[in-house]
Amino acid sequence: MLPYPLLSASLVVMWLALNGFTLGHLILGSVVAVFASWGMASLRPAKPRMPKWYLLPKLVGIVLYDIVRSNIAVASILVAGRGRRFRSGFITVPLDLQNPTALAVLAVVVTSTPGTAWLEYNSLSRTVLIHVLDLVDEAEWQALIKGRYEALLMEIFE
Amino acid sequence: MSSIEHAADLPAWAALAVAFFLVVGAGLTLIGTIGFVRLPTFYERIHAPTLGTSWGTGGVVMASMIFFTVLSTRPVVHEILIGIFVTVTTPVTLMLLARATLHRDRAEGNPDVPGEAPAQVLVEDGAATKAD
Repeated sequence: MLPYPLLSASLVVMWLALNGFTLGHLILGSVVAVFASWGMASLRPAKPRMPKWYLLPKLVGIVLYDIVRSNIAVASILVAGRGRRFRSGFITVPLDLQNPTALAVLAVVVTSTPGTAWLEYNSLSRTVLIHVLDLVDEAEWQALIKGRYEALLMEIFE
Repeated sequence: MSSIEHAADLPAWAALAVAFFLVVGAGLTLIGTIGFVRLPTFYERIHAPTLGTSWGTGGVVMASMIFFTVLSTRPVVHEILIGIFVTVTTPVTLMLLARATLHRDRAEGNPDVPGEAPAQVLVEDGAATKAD
């Protein structure tokens, strides 16, 4: 009946938080949650395992800080306009991370940080192609992604 | 709705904080959109709107959270959910657009775009083993 109890419970809580707590919304929200978890089950995703979930706040903190920093960096590039030259380019980063959930998290992190965009992951060569707006040093970016995010994600998920 | 009429009840410090975050969020979103228009290539352009989806959204969300928490008209979960959903869904569209462009550029043989690494490696390996 409920393949993903945690997902269903959080959907009900979210529904009630958004619509207000009434009996009608409790019933409607529960129906939506049950059908959504069936839909999720038919996609047959791998159950994500996070043995060290308590490290997640640390990751969120690091990412929020980096997003603030890169917002300032990208905004100043855009405001400076054509006066200041910057060089954008592609970089390829080899990844040791293989867990699909961890890769998805890394993609969200890289993309939501302005200035870097995750273009494609190649599961054969286990590399990811990233486009960087202000590419000064390729090795520096590779070290940043591997050392700052990948190491922590591997610790959380593996 | 009626919450705007209560805006005068907001204490000065809260009004300042709300105004600060609104201006930061809206300003970043504006800079992002201007960059979106002005940057020369597609791959550079995809970076500009992420200003709006990261702290552009973040600033407006923070302002909204402070406003409604101080006036205590309702709990602040809405804004947190908005932030999470915007953050999680942005990469989906971005990757869809970027990979479509990558595919087209590779098909056209654009020299500025890196080719597909493993296919080349496999072909080279195959050629090498045949030569042996």
